[in-house]
Amino acid sequence: MESASALDAPVGATVPTVVSERLARKFSRNLKERAIEALLFLAAFVSVFTTAGIVYILVKESLVFFSHVPLWQFLTDTQWTPLFADAHYGISVLLSGTITSSAVALLVAIPLGTTIAIYLSEFASPRAREIAKPVLELLSGVPTIVYGYFALLFVTPLLQKLIPSLPGFNLLSAGIVMGIMIVPYVASISEDAMRAVPMALREGSFAMGATRLQTALKVVVPAAVSGIAAAYILGVSRAVGETMILAVAAGMQPNLTFNPLEPAATITAYIVQVALGDLPHGSVGYQTIFAAGLALLLLTLFFNLVGFWMRRRYREAY
Amino acid sequence: MSYVAQTPEQIRGLIAKAKRRDVLFVALGVIALGIGFATFLALFLDMLLDGWGRLRPEFFTQFPSRRAAQAGILSAWVGTFLVMIVTAAVAVPLGVSAGIYLEEYAPKNWVTDVIEINITNLAGVPSIVYGLLALGLFVYAFGLGQSVQTAGLTLALLILPVVIVATREAIRAIPAMIREGAYAVGATRWQTVKDHIIPYSMPGILTGVIIGMSRAIGETAPIITIGALTFIAFLPPAPVGAEFPFLSFEWLKAPFTVMPIQMFNWTSRPDPAFHANAAAAGTILVFMTLAMNGLAIWLRYRLRKNIKW
Repeated sequence: MESASALDAPVGATVPTVVSERLARKFSRNLKERAIEALLFLAAFVSVFTTAGIVYILVKESLVFFSHVPLWQFLTDTQWTPLFADAHYGISVLLSGTITSSAVALLVAIPLGTTIAIYLSEFASPRAREIAKPVLELLSGVPTIVYGYFALLFVTPLLQKLIPSLPGFNLLSAGIVMGIMIVPYVASISEDAMRAVPMALREGSFAMGATRLQTALKVVVPAAVSGIAAAYILGVSRAVGETMILAVAAGMQPNLTFNPLEPAATITAYIVQVALGDLPHGSVGYQTIFAAGLALLLLTLFFNLVGFWMRRRYREAY
Repeated sequence: MSYVAQTPEQIRGLIAKAKRRDVLFVALGVIALGIGFATFLALFLDMLLDGWGRLRPEFFTQFPSRRAAQAGILSAWVGTFLVMIVTAAVAVPLGVSAGIYLEEYAPKNWVTDVIEINITNLAGVPSIVYGLLALGLFVYAFGLGQSVQTAGLTLALLILPVVIVATREAIRAIPAMIREGAYAVGATRWQTVKDHIIPYSMPGILTGVIIGMSRAIGETAPIITIGALTFIAFLPPAPVGAEFPFLSFEWLKAPFTVMPIQMFNWTSRPDPAFHANAAAAGTILVFMTLAMNGLAIWLRYRLRKNIKW
């Protein structure tokens, strides 16, 4: 331990050797501290490198693609046939599959997820919540390829009994299973938002004679609305980026449709299809996956930003 | 809803109606939860039944084959194991270091803000985009090939946000008095971190690492994107050899396949015989992720109970 005089003594001043030795040790100790701090900083900075890498790679490779295919054509063409001799590159075809399957997923996930969230936050006993939440977490931990198998070989045959004309690959079963997969996600973020509503609001409502459900629907949900909306939007972002369920169960045939009963490729499924094929690197066909990936990234980035912005808003409210 | 009830009977009726709605909603909530659990149960049982016939010891010791009855997951589980080693070796030190930096060192300035925004954003990037990053960067720019090391690095980047967030939460739970005590006896920042912060936050970090790894085990899309082969009938070179230098890292550069890709390959074949293989592989995969998640949940539960500062 340095004595007070050693700490106060300026470096290089005439001080006893013991103290200057200690000062020297302090210098080397500081150097080590600085080096460690720099290393830790670099580790933290990896995330910035990763983002920069993603943007750089997608933009660079997409520029190669867009030098062959004008952006206008990419956005307006109604055919997606990059692997044919008569190549068309209309991202709207893949986008339609992504939008349709995501819509089906949300039709499943929003009612289920919201109900579960309200139930867990306002009705369930702490014990029931302690059990239900981890089990829900397990549900979201199942690998998506397993959900894909389930959609193709369990849900689709089941649906075909109800709708005999349903083809083996379709957006409906993939969407439904994707919805179930997102439920824990939507439920847990919405529940967090509802639990952040101060108890005083509920007590005020109870004091006026409102029942639990009336309090939940007319006081808690409106107070937590931006958090719940954030949950939905982050759920959309999940659905849009989901790959394996769609690649397995929805088919890989590009199809400009908004009918969930048809098979259609999504942006993600298309990337998988090309990656599985043997197109040479550098060909326009191959570059398409980077353009598709860029479109996907921009789409999810938009949803994520809106979602995070809304989450922050409800956090600041109380 | 109308609140202009005049007689006591009408008021009682209103109250009874509102209470019935409460009960109804509880039923609805239980049903909604039930749908989730039932789906999970159906998924697991369906796969277990379909794959039961294939879940034999040979399934683990045989290579994939053109004949469904002889196909196994040897190359797949070895590949998964090797990729996970690389992922853990990269993601754990990087993630923990980043978490420590952000909690213990980072000054409040715009650089720190940029890092934090990046981590939040990366957690929301679809996994397949990481695959495209790896394809462009690791495979083509760095020339690492479609190999175990590329896959491991890709998955490490993918789970980095999970590890960082878990580390930060674990560190944040340590009260300030621990740090103050260490500083008071003259410890430097790093000594405080090394001797107090890291050991005390270890269980929390471990939970995050396990959850991240269970996610990495099931990831399919990014690994397909970097161009992993779906049919591998050989193993990567052994890491330990009989001759000098005894340790070989050739396996890092070997082509590989992993469990989810093997399952994808079998699922997408029209022949139902292969679907049984897919179901068996899926059962194992679900079992592994369940076990890891369960372990993490149990760890977290124990933690919450045992912590007394």
